[in-house]
Amino acid sequence: MLEQQLINALSLGSVYALFALGFTLVFGVLGVINLSHGAIFMLGSYAALLLVEQLALPLWLAMLTAMLAAGCLGLLIDFLVLRPLRKRNAPHLAPMIATIGVAIMLTNLAQGLFGAANQRFPVGTIPEDSFTVKDMHVTEVQIGIVLISFGLMVMLLAVMRRTQLGRALRAIAESPKAAYLLGVNVEGLFFLTSFTAAALGGAAGVLVGLSFNAISPFMGQPMLHKGIAVIILGGMGDIRGALIGGLFLGFAEVMTIAYISSDLRDAVAFGLLFLILLVRPSGMFGKVLERKA
Amino acid sequence: MKIKKLLTQLPFLMMSAGLAGLASTAVAADIKLGAAEALTGPAAKYGSAIKNGLTLAVEQINAKGGVNGNKLVLTVEDEQGKKEEAINAFKKLIFQDKVLVLFGPTLSNSAFAADPIANASKVVVFGTSNTADGISAIGPHVFRNSVMEADVLPVTTHAAVKHFGIKKVAVMYGNDDAFTKSGYDVFKATLAAQNIAVTSTETYAKGDVDFKAQLTKIKAGNPDAIVCSCLAEEAANIILQTRSLGMKQPFIGGNGFNSPKLFEIAKDAADNTVMGSPWSAENAAPANSAFMAAYKTKYNADPDQFAAQAYDAVYIVAEALKGIKLSGNLGQDRQALRMALPGVKFTGATGKFVFRRAPSTNGKEAGFDADQEAIVNIAKGGKFILLK
Repeated sequence: MLEQQLINALSLGSVYALFALGFTLVFGVLGVINLSHGAIFMLGSYAALLLVEQLALPLWLAMLTAMLAAGCLGLLIDFLVLRPLRKRNAPHLAPMIATIGVAIMLTNLAQGLFGAANQRFPVGTIPEDSFTVKDMHVTEVQIGIVLISFGLMVMLLAVMRRTQLGRALRAIAESPKAAYLLGVNVEGLFFLTSFTAAALGGAAGVLVGLSFNAISPFMGQPMLHKGIAVIILGGMGDIRGALIGGLFLGFAEVMTIAYISSDLRDAVAFGLLFLILLVRPSGMFGKVLERKA
Repeated sequence: MKIKKLLTQLPFLMMSAGLAGLASTAVAADIKLGAAEALTGPAAKYGSAIKNGLTLAVEQINAKGGVNGNKLVLTVEDEQGKKEEAINAFKKLIFQDKVLVLFGPTLSNSAFAADPIANASKVVVFGTSNTADGISAIGPHVFRNSVMEADVLPVTTHAAVKHFGIKKVAVMYGNDDAFTKSGYDVFKATLAAQNIAVTSTETYAKGDVDFKAQLTKIKAGNPDAIVCSCLAEEAANIILQTRSLGMKQPFIGGNGFNSPKLFEIAKDAADNTVMGSPWSAENAAPANSAFMAAYKTKYNADPDQFAAQAYDAVYIVAEALKGIKLSGNLGQDRQALRMALPGVKFTGATGKFVFRRAPSTNGKEAGFDADQEAIVNIAKGGKFILLK
């Protein structure tokens, strides 16, 4: 049973990690906790569903297009909501509150457009194959989630560490004003970050939608809560932290169900989180903030 | 002078006399029924079936001239399967729409929250889909024609055990919903009474979509069957994920399984699921055949148990209303209905029906439950058939 539970934990953790990647990216570069990430995740899922239902696109194409659509949505949110607040030097928490409003609006919009009931991908869309090794069952979708999550993370890390673009982003993350003075196109890169983060959120949405085949306007909320916990655990703004944090939460949940009690799932998972934060308040990979005189 | 004054007041007098005449005819013509059901949200499949059943019955009764010449007017509010909305819907129907009687809410969970309001306002609340324990204990104005889990599950379990030769089971239930918890309590007692061992008990929360961890644990215990006190949405997902883990055990379910939604989602994976219900699509009695045909004609879909019980509920209320003379005073009429309902004997789509008084708790008067036999069904090829 342990092997099967490990597989379950890995796939659940990868889902959390993928969601947290986009979330942490926005925080790292823009300094904003984008609470509409859950809604973007949800709309990415609906986008893929619509593309498959209405246009009969193959799944991989629907996913890429949904990512693009989610990215554009993220861009739109940045342009309409976050940018004006940046221009006015709004207080630190204002963008976060604004994104709460965006999230509520988008969720309601989805409810109005699609109805509140769970929707499913048409029969035959989702690859149903599973591989059985000895006593363990792994579905194609689970493998896909793990591969895509890890793949995207590796790509992101490569960009951040090895490219000029990444260097510029890291510079902005440290100090937008200094980066601007050094000639970095800060606004442009903010847009790019919002786009990319949203695209990642949309990808996570599509994968979760495929994985559980239950798409509803409210699917973003629980993910968002877990996502916040993951990025705090992993260190806000750190990409590796998002991945490790996501996997950790997935493992904690599954192992609690398997070996303690399914009743205590959330209590134990978040209890562990709390303990880790007591030891390392800025998260596993977070930078310890120092006061500069 | 006096005559002049009288003459100026005459038009007023005539108008008010006319209006009074109009008013009294208006009250006599319409009997207001209210319903708060989950038309959106995860319980929407149940709620819309219930709404269809209610509407069909109202239309049929009105087509035959109504009750004692009075037409039934049905107002349906969407309570979304949420407690807060059920409370709001109830308040609106009772105080704003001033209905005579209230049907709903869809989920037992919401009923625990909203029924006390109806009871305190002395309005009969008639549940057609609430099967948890303790709902009729809320008060003497609470009625239901949905057979309690406590009455159905022992019958279902016994039949399943016999059919499959079951010695041990695993149990799964939702720990945050009154209906699923109540079902679990009944299952636990039933399994103990029938000497069936429980290999493990797992829980989940409403809205969960990933059950693999719990199911993997269940798999390790190697049960003969899986007992599931779940609502249709989660039940279907659980069944699908069970099959994807390579587990072939049959499922034994409560009232939540009683919906075509189960087959829409789980399809053949749900074969061999056993559940009990007072209504069966295979019951060829004339009342049921007529109901099924009428439902199919009007809605172009087959009815399910929820539609059947809602349909019968309206007819039961109509039976009670036949024997009452409506005075036009809302409080009086509501009480008259309350006093007339318990004595109703009716045979409808769900068969013979009478009410049974629930035992009072703590000296508090209780309401009325359904007194009906449960039929055990098994799923084969995407629908429930009788288990023989």
